[in-house]
Amino acid sequence: VDRDSLYRESFPIKGDDFERGGEVATRVKGLLQQLGLPRDVIRRLSIANFEAEMNVVMYAREATLEVLVFPDLIRVQVVDRGPGIADIDWAMQEGHSTATEAMRARGFGAGLGLPNIQRNTDEFEVKSDVGVGTTLRYAVHTTSRPKEG
Amino acid sequence: VLTCEILSGDDLLDLDIACCFAADLMSDVLASAPNGALLVTGLASSQMVHTAEVADLAAIVLVAGKRPEVEALAFARQRKLPLLLTGLSMFEVCSLLSQHGLRGAVRKE
Repeated sequence: VDRDSLYRESFPIKGDDFERGGEVATRVKGLLQQLGLPRDVIRRLSIANFEAEMNVVMYAREATLEVLVFPDLIRVQVVDRGPGIADIDWAMQEGHSTATEAMRARGFGAGLGLPNIQRNTDEFEVKSDVGVGTTLRYAVHTTSRPKEG
Repeated sequence: VLTCEILSGDDLLDLDIACCFAADLMSDVLASAPNGALLVTGLASSQMVHTAEVADLAAIVLVAGKRPEVEALAFARQRKLPLLLTGLSMFEVCSLLSQHGLRGAVRKE
């Protein structure tokens, strides 16, 4: 799976930094635009990145979002240090959330983040160690046809 | 139609907007709003403008007299994203836009 990427760049995300939540997704969007990718690919990746970034802001202490560019796909890994997810199947169901009122006041925390990431990506994987952190890996194929939804 | 105050993008308002999506929940917007849509929202935080940016939305109308957070306004201006304010409620805004022919976003499943 870990072939050599053409390009890779890492972006730090700080937990609890609500004022800046979304900046990494926006910066990565700029990078994807420079790569000249199709608009639909950029949009799907940006939506997934934004949801992943907000998950870190809401729940984790810190994380690194890494973008790896391959000839036929863009892979993203979000590795956080945080509480982890005890029951991933539960968290993957729409509407399931442990968010607080403060998180919901920011327009997130409705239990749609992980499903939104999965819906917008062609490959998706969550691994989590309770008390250690969560790793998200997802990818969008740059040669694929636009995905519905 | 809405008597809005224009906070950002007053030179960019000659827009053709295909449809409208109204929500305070940004995950709903990210899940369902098509690109080029107008976002009607009561959320004044920076996540509102980042949502519009990543989802390629055309413009934002902030309802119920809310003022955007400082970071949100700075981001909208930097990204040339039209941001309009109105004292009308979300329901009134949607109703007026609908009367003037704007359609809702069709949810794809």
